[in-house]
Parts: sequence; structure tokens; C-alpha cells
Amino acid sequence: MIDILSYGFFFLTMALTYGIVCLGLNVQWGQTGLFNVGIAGFVAVGAYVSSLLTTPESASHLGGFGLPIAVGWVGAALATALVTFLIGALTIRLRADYLAIATFGAAVSIQLCVLNFQPVTGGPFGVGFIPRPFAALAGRPFLFGAANLALIAAVVAVLYLALERLAQSPWGRALKAIREDETAAQALGKSAVAFRLQAFALGGAIMGLAGAAQAHFIGFIAPDNYQPTLTFQVWAMLIVGGSGNNRGAILGSVVVWGIWALSAALISAVVPADQQARAASLQIVTIGVALCAILLWRPRGLIGEARVGARHLLRPAAPRKAPTPSGEN
Amino acid sequence: MTPQVLMDGVVAGAMIGLGAIGITLTYSILRFANFAHGEFISWGAYLALAIASALGTLTGGDVQPIGPFSFGWTLPVALVLAVILTAGLALGVDALLFGPLRRRGSAVIILVMASFGAALALRNMIEFIFTSSPRYFSTELQIAAPVGGGMRATPDQLLTVAVALILVAAIHLLLTRTAMGRSMRAVAENRQLAGLAGIDARRVIRTVWALGAGLACVAGVMSGLVVQIRPEMGLDLLLPLFAAAILGGIGSVPGAMLAGLIVGVAESMTVAVVGAEWRAAVAFVILVVILLVRPRGLFGRAG
Repeated sequence: MIDILSYGFFFLTMALTYGIVCLGLNVQWGQTGLFNVGIAGFVAVGAYVSSLLTTPESASHLGGFGLPIAVGWVGAALATALVTFLIGALTIRLRADYLAIATFGAAVSIQLCVLNFQPVTGGPFGVGFIPRPFAALAGRPFLFGAANLALIAAVVAVLYLALERLAQSPWGRALKAIREDETAAQALGKSAVAFRLQAFALGGAIMGLAGAAQAHFIGFIAPDNYQPTLTFQVWAMLIVGGSGNNRGAILGSVVVWGIWALSAALISAVVPADQQARAASLQIVTIGVALCAILLWRPRGLIGEARVGARHLLRPAAPRKAPTPSGEN
Repeated sequence: MTPQVLMDGVVAGAMIGLGAIGITLTYSILRFANFAHGEFISWGAYLALAIASALGTLTGGDVQPIGPFSFGWTLPVALVLAVILTAGLALGVDALLFGPLRRRGSAVIILVMASFGAALALRNMIEFIFTSSPRYFSTELQIAAPVGGGMRATPDQLLTVAVALILVAAIHLLLTRTAMGRSMRAVAENRQLAGLAGIDARRVIRTVWALGAGLACVAGVMSGLVVQIRPEMGLDLLLPLFAAAILGGIGSVPGAMLAGLIVGVAESMTVAVVGAEWRAAVAFVILVVILLVRPRGLFGRAG
């Protein structure tokens, strides 16, 4: 029983770290309409920055600097914000899909850097001995799992509340206005480029934080963790949950990670060992087809975006009275 | 750095150029960046491989190489069939996925995302069917003969470059001299207006898919011939393809080919100077520089 519960904690913690990435993507895509195909790269930046800042000194990579975990997380968020800001500054003025191409290229290049700058990143061997939160509890798996889950859940909750508040704020409303009608928003004096860039960097910071949280939860990172499949999983999560909706982002990450973990367990149990790589590729085919099917048939996802705006505008238009000759209205 | 670097770059660039033509055509006429285009390259190569080996087996197995080349008669036949099948695959994906999205008037970025999903499904489908171990069209060894200027090339490599240049010239003539080419340019310019002028936009779109996927198939077979066939070959080419399409200027066929050659040569120079492990970053660096300096590319129009 304890085993199952411990596994449940592990599963949920993992799913919620993806939930954080999803929240970041939702700021970029759901709220601003910026298509980021480089999620894996940005998550990697966060994971590596935080790992290098917090690990004990090691000969196999830069540092480590042995700083507290919290410093690592903040550093991860800031560093990733900077990287996303630069990519955004390069492309946000251009056609919408240039950003997609540039982020795709950025992810490829980041992966390459992580792999090749061996003195800094440990190269293909990755970074180990990443300090785990509540390491003092490591001897008691149940408490350890529960404490980690509580920490990640708290991070998700704080981010959720902050992002919800942000969406309602003047900043969030300007963002939405730009997404819906750029010309009108610009006519009202909102600089589309500046707002988009801020949103892109904010989303990047959240992804970096997620990468850091994940790295500290697992305790070991390597370049192979940050393949395009990761980008794809996160997209599937947001689209399934419903883009534009923060609750949808979190729900989607739990549902998709659940399906992913279950099908992986099923494959390793049912499929013979020599065919498992094949079966795993079929798993990705299924998710790819599912994503396309959702785009075709249920673009709003499980929970769509809540409509925000002045309530009287959402009601069906009431028949207007004819203007009176005197002209008062 | 030796002149050989230039030769290697031109061979790689010819394949990038062929793939980039497909990207640039879909981009200018369907108006979205198709992330699934790389998968047409992989599918083309694998389809040709499957057909060639099936033909070899059916006719008794012993296929002798043609002249100086490493492959026998089965490969050219397989190439023609694979081009048709890859074009069919692209048309199928369009009919199932992009067509319905287009009719619904979906935002560009939804199409891009759909292409991303399609790419993942297509790539892993290959891995499922053919597994991820590399394949080859032929096990013949080839000697690189001197071709002048201190450069050497295998007969296969020279054939690859020649076929690519002939195809580019043919496509360029098709676009500039035929009624279909004029219709394509008209649709790229303004689909509504082209429709008013009696141009069947759906036919143009079908032609674009067939043409782009067919060229991708040829590029895939070439890449399989001079390098190897892997499920990720298309994914690895995707960034160079985008870099070449944007560098050449969206919509320009000669531009895509020239830019493909530039990207190919830049890659092989990087391999010679910096090291092979950085090859994949070259396209990104080129992309960043174009976006900073001249976002419309060499031959693109402003706007």
C-alpha cells in the first residue's frame, strides 16, 4: 500500500513538473499566441544552470558552486528568461512562424552546446549528485515523496495564482487584446512587440524553473533528457488540457503524463525486450496522431479558454432602440 | 582547409537545396512553415529502399552496379516509384490534416503545429516499420576520383549534384514558363484574386504538395546514397532546409538551391575548421544572421 502511495507521489511530482512547463508554455502560446518549438532547449537551460549552481564542486563539469537549491532555481529562471528574450528579440517582429523556426533551431543548438561543452556541462555524461530537496528524509521514501510532492504542488499553486492574477491585470488584458486584434491594440497605444517579448521571456523563465525543479527531483541530468520528444509531450499536454487555460495546462499535464507512463509500463510488461524500441515509437505515433486529431476536432481541449471581457459584451446583443430624433443616448 | 571541403559542401548542399525548394514552395503558396517536410525526405528514402530491395528479390537477387555507380537498375526504378508514392503521402496528409484546417480558416500557427504533430507521427512510423538502425542502398565501395582543382568525388556524388542541378533548372522553367507555374505564382501572390481570375487554387495546392514531396524524395534517396538512411535523416536536415529557404528568399526556387549550396559549404567548412560535432549548429547560426541582417533573404521581396 505504502509502495503504491509512494509511486503515486512520484508520478504526481513528475507530472506537476511538466505542469510547470505547461504553465510557461501557456503564457507564451495560450495567452500571447507565440509558437515555441524549442521547449526542450529552454528546459535544459534551466536544469543545467540550477544544477551547476547547486552541485558540490566536481572535476567533470563547471563548478559546482554548492549554492542553496533556492538560489539555483532563481538562477535557472533568470538565465532561461535571458535566453528566451534573446531568441524572441531576434524574431518577434517577423512573421509568426519565424519564431517557430528560430526556437526549433535554438533547441537543436542548446542540445549541441550541452553535449559538446564538456568542461562546462559534463558533456554526454551529464551532471550527477544534484542536491535533492528534503535530502534529510531520503531514508524514509514515503515522507520524502510526500515532502517533494508538497513542494512542487506549492510551486504550481503559487504560479497558478500569480498567473491567474496576471491574466486579469492590465498587462494580461493588453496581451489578450494584442492576440485578438493587434491593430486595434496598437491603436490604443499598446506596443505589440514589447508585450510579446515580455510574455515570451516570462514563459521562458517558468520553463527554466520547471527544468530546475525536475533536475533536482531526479538528481541527475544528461543531454538525452532534452530531445524534441519533450517539446512534443508538453505541447500535447497543453493542447489536451486546453490552451489559454491555466487549470487546463495543469490537468493536461497530469492526464498526458498518466497516459504516457501507463502506456510505457504496458509496453515494458507486454512487448518482448527486443521489440520495445519499436513499440515505444508506436507510442509517439499515437500521441502525434492524437494531437492532430484534437487540433481538427476539439481545438479547445478538455477545458477551453474562459472568455474574459466585459460581461455585457458576452451577452447576446439586445435589440437596440432606434435613436430618438433629439439625439440623446 | 583543402578544396575538398568545397566539393563535400556542394554535395551536401545539393540535397539541402532540393529539400529547401519544397519548403519554400509550401511556404509561399500555403503560407506556413511545414515542419513535416523533413519527414518526406526520410519517407522517400525508405520507400525507395523498400521498393529497390523488393525488386532485387523478385528478379533473383543479383543486381549488378550500373557503370561506375554503386547501385544497380533497381534504384532508378525505385526512385521513380518512390517519388510518386511520396507525393501521394503528402497529398494524403493534406487531405486528412492540412486541407480541413485550411477550409476552417485556422490560424497559420495551427497549421504549423499540426505539421509538427504530423512530423512526429511520420518519423516514428518509420522507426516502427524499419527500426532505427541505419540502412544503405548499396554495400559497394567507391573510389573517389580526382575531378580537378585538387578535389575528389565519387561517381555517386557527381551524379547527385548533376541530378539536383537539372531538377532545379526544370522546376525553374516550370514555374516561369508554363501555365501551371503562372497559376502557382498567382496563388502565392493572392489566393482570392487568383480564384477570381479562374485559377483552381486546389489544383495549384495539390501540385505544390506533389512537387515538394517529390523533390524531398529525390533528396532523401541522394542522401541515402552518399551518406546513409536513418529515421532521423529528415529531422536532422530540417533546420538546414529552413535556413536555406529563408536565406534564399521565400518563394524563390533558384534562391533555395543557391542558399542550400551555401549552407552545405558552410557546414563542411565548419566540420573542417571547428569540428564535426558542431555541424548541426551551422544552420542555426546562418538563420540568426539572416534574421538579423536581411530577413527577406537573398532573393525575397520585402514584406
